[in-house]
Amino acid sequence: MSQLKKIQYNCKKATFLIEKKMLSRITFREHIELRIHLMGCSVCRIYGKQSRIINDMVRQLFKSSMPGEVKLDDSFKKELQERIEIELNKN
Amino acid sequence: MSAESNQLDPHTWVKSHADYLYAYTIKRIADEEQAKDLVQETFLAALEKVDRFEGKSSERTWLTAILKNKIIDVYRKKSSGLRKETEVAEHEQEDFFDQADGHWRSAHAPQIFGIEDVDHLGNKEFNSILQMCLQKLPALWMAVFTMKHIDDADTTLICSELKVTPSNFWVIIHRTKLNLRACLQRNWE
Repeated sequence: MSQLKKIQYNCKKATFLIEKKMLSRITFREHIELRIHLMGCSVCRIYGKQSRIINDMVRQLFKSSMPGEVKLDDSFKKELQERIEIELNKN
Repeated sequence: MSAESNQLDPHTWVKSHADYLYAYTIKRIADEEQAKDLVQETFLAALEKVDRFEGKSSERTWLTAILKNKIIDVYRKKSSGLRKETEVAEHEQEDFFDQADGHWRSAHAPQIFGIEDVDHLGNKEFNSILQMCLQKLPALWMAVFTMKHIDDADTTLICSELKVTPSNFWVIIHRTKLNLRACLQRNWE
């Protein structure tokens, strides 16, 4: 019972398990503990929902090429290609 | 096109891939000069490996793999103060949760702030806030977080490459998300 109480009131542990569950496996026991916690804790339910959304957004951000936002300047590129040509001619 | 037909053409590398590789780097290392250096180093390292290219992947995939290793080297160097960072992580967690019972401190309790139901994916304003929040993360956290979430790398591999213990790995993952979420909530309102 004291174990149960611990997870019931422990948001630190619950949010930790939420994160672990999204990326890996948690044990059956942890699964049950988390469910019990979430049933009684609306704050962690919000956290879980937002955390999943943030994962999606971060993935989306990294996947998008962000056109026009980050580009190398032309002079750098020109020098870079010249450097490559020099290396190529060495062989 | 069959996989064997992949070929390398260093004469067009910069034109074809430099911007892509630069964007890839800048998302992972928020330092323009360092990112430029890494792109350059990648091409030069690639030139030395041209003979070993087997044509199994595309030119871009092959170059990106070389770049990825270089980025990991940077992360490694930056994370020499690793133990300290995880200690800080554990310590700072006390900001979010009551030390005695692990409950959210009321000032840090997550609240609904607008990402829950709007179509935020691709929302420009939100993306720029997200980027700003990502850039505030310590280098090691960013490394762990992106390697896991973006590159979908194996946890064991990340731990060995960044010299992080599995338990520290999860502390960092947890910590990163707590910070990221809090930063978004602060800045979105």
